[in-house]
Amino acid sequence: MSTVTMIYAGMFYIATLLLAVGLIYKIFDYSRTPAPLVIPTTPAPTTRTGVAYRMAKEVVVFESLFKSNKWIWVFGFLFHFGLLLVLARHLRYFTQPVWFWVDIVQPFGKYASIIMVLGLAGLWARRFLVDRVRYISTPSDHLMLLLLIAIGVSGMLMTFVSHTDIIALKEFVLGLMYLDVQPLPQDGILMVHLALVALLMVIFPVSKLLHAPGLFFSPTRNQVDNPREHRHVAAWAARLDQNN
Amino acid sequence: MAVADFDIPEIKSDIEVPKYRKGVMAHARTFPASKPIQENLGYPGELTEDWKERAIDKMGDLLGKYRSLKVFLDACVHCGACTDKCHYYLGTSDPKNMPVARQDLMRQVYRRYFTPAGKLFPKLVGAKDLTREVLDDWYSYYYQCSECRRCSVYCPYGIDTAEITMAGREILSHVGLGQKYSNEILGKVLKIGNNLGLPGPALEDTLEGLEEDIEADTGVAVKMPIDVKGAEVLLITPSADFFSEPHVESLIGYAKVFHAAGISWTMSTYASEAANFGLFDANYDVMRKAAMRIRDAALELGVKRIVVGECGHAWRVAYSFWNTLTGIGYGGNDPFSIEMQKQLDPAYPQPQHICELTNDLIKSGKIKVDPSRNDDLVVTFHDSCNVARGSRMGTEAGGQFTIPRELIKSVVNNFHNMEDGTIGEATFCCGGGGGLLTDDLMEVRVKGALPRATALNNVVKEHQVNFMAMICAICKAQFTKVLPKYGFDMSMVGGIHQLVSKAIKLD
Repeated sequence: MSTVTMIYAGMFYIATLLLAVGLIYKIFDYSRTPAPLVIPTTPAPTTRTGVAYRMAKEVVVFESLFKSNKWIWVFGFLFHFGLLLVLARHLRYFTQPVWFWVDIVQPFGKYASIIMVLGLAGLWARRFLVDRVRYISTPSDHLMLLLLIAIGVSGMLMTFVSHTDIIALKEFVLGLMYLDVQPLPQDGILMVHLALVALLMVIFPVSKLLHAPGLFFSPTRNQVDNPREHRHVAAWAARLDQNN
Repeated sequence: MAVADFDIPEIKSDIEVPKYRKGVMAHARTFPASKPIQENLGYPGELTEDWKERAIDKMGDLLGKYRSLKVFLDACVHCGACTDKCHYYLGTSDPKNMPVARQDLMRQVYRRYFTPAGKLFPKLVGAKDLTREVLDDWYSYYYQCSECRRCSVYCPYGIDTAEITMAGREILSHVGLGQKYSNEILGKVLKIGNNLGLPGPALEDTLEGLEEDIEADTGVAVKMPIDVKGAEVLLITPSADFFSEPHVESLIGYAKVFHAAGISWTMSTYASEAANFGLFDANYDVMRKAAMRIRDAALELGVKRIVVGECGHAWRVAYSFWNTLTGIGYGGNDPFSIEMQKQLDPAYPQPQHICELTNDLIKSGKIKVDPSRNDDLVVTFHDSCNVARGSRMGTEAGGQFTIPRELIKSVVNNFHNMEDGTIGEATFCCGGGGGLLTDDLMEVRVKGALPRATALNNVVKEHQVNFMAMICAICKAQFTKVLPKYGFDMSMVGGIHQLVSKAIKLD
């Protein structure tokens, strides 16, 4: 077993652990923190089903962003939709036999990488071209886009320019999953791609990528507008009632 | 009062997004609360020596109590969707008045003290130590936010800057830097029962005077009852309705509605304030104490219904929070709520907005109106921010937009909406909400009113609108003061029940 393989295997185990523990902790932390007051941004749904529909629209078509700014919406949607297909395509490395629907989306995932990177480029361009967005951008905002673009471009290079040994890669990935480490193909682009992905996994639970789980916990979006019919009291606030 | 001179912005044909100009509003600082005002609410009288530790501790405390704060500080991706949505940014062009930048004033500190990334790589993620300079920025810019929630409509994660502003103010109060205006008012409401500090006898006098005025005007003896035990309805209205113009015209309108419908009603000297300034910072306890006066008055007077007058933030607190804070509402199964529910008439929503009540009475024919009495007016409607985005009326989502308009159209013949994007859920705040309705923030107030003034100007030019109706005491006070600076006549401003008052037929 080469040193490089050992390093990459170790790196992915650590990255997966940090991602899982970090995300689980964050989700646990959000769910245990009370929301003492009813604060949906109204008009808001008056039923649970309505809230599920509102949330689905936010998650799937970015409804609020669409209302807000068409450029950010277009670039953001291209990026996220492209990413979704690209991730689906990557499932072929994790499944044996490959799930049938992964086979179906596979060719789309190939070209989705282009729209994903285009979306990212558009979002990045706004950070330079729109004075207000330039003002609020921190170094990490730029680096996050750079990281995602580097992951996308390195992946595209392997898809469209210099193919890597995907059979050996799949053996490496399945080996990781079944704790039977197999050699990593020694391909420079692949190693860059994988290292950046591991970095992204580590950053996820300590960065603004928390917007993904955060949205589901956002009280202005996930609360039902029924405060006159339903009494909503947080545990720490309920204790105040007992003193009366 | 010495207020620095400033230029009144020019109204253009459209609401324009300005290029940012750094620091142009950094000088705007609301007057800090004096020692007695602070101590009255249990806050330190002046900036404490250990303010930094206290601030971080308080932030940790609030992060543990409010999911909104925790999620909102984490979730922002700096996409920029909110940057052109705040009326204070549009009016002042100070970049720290962009919602995301206002949030970042707290987010930078949150990252530094509460996140691994900010502890390890502060520069990279824009994390900052809590310095005196940062604290001063908080004081300046958290009092240039009216907590109107417009940004929360447009944020892809629903981040509501109001929640962060409230937390910022609570922390400021907690280290000894409270705002004079809000904290002084809260002291009065907790001690006397209303924001103006009017004692019971003064209220009774005023109401008697109003009864005489109405009778002289209409020939009908319309009553203004107060502290009447056993009345059906307890009316909770902003104390501005008792004294200020044009607010008092709406109070007269409510009285005529109750009279015409034959509903027995009363006001309360003990709970003579609908507005709850406890909303303006995150101090749950203070907000609860102010709201409890209403529960106590309702129990004491034995009323079956609680109706709220024209007041924006009040209606948000009443509609969204009263059930939580005081058990006024339904669905509670604990002794505290059951005591209140037993007394309330389940045939009506509790609390009920005066517009819901009047609109129902007109639609069901229980009161008669003659809209032609308002034919001298061409009316538009300003959706008040906290009604629009923090509450509801009726049974359907969006009733807070349709019910007031239905009501207006039943009492006037000429009505035109302002343009889309400036009404409904997209409405612009008047510029004076959320604790900013004080003369020491006049520049912020005038500039913040620019988007609304622009939209109003367009319907004035296009449809000869000469009356902007609204249902908020702060909006009324703010617009009568700042619209004249844009060249509008202050008599254009008034409540919906001012229109009802003219159109209603009394027998």
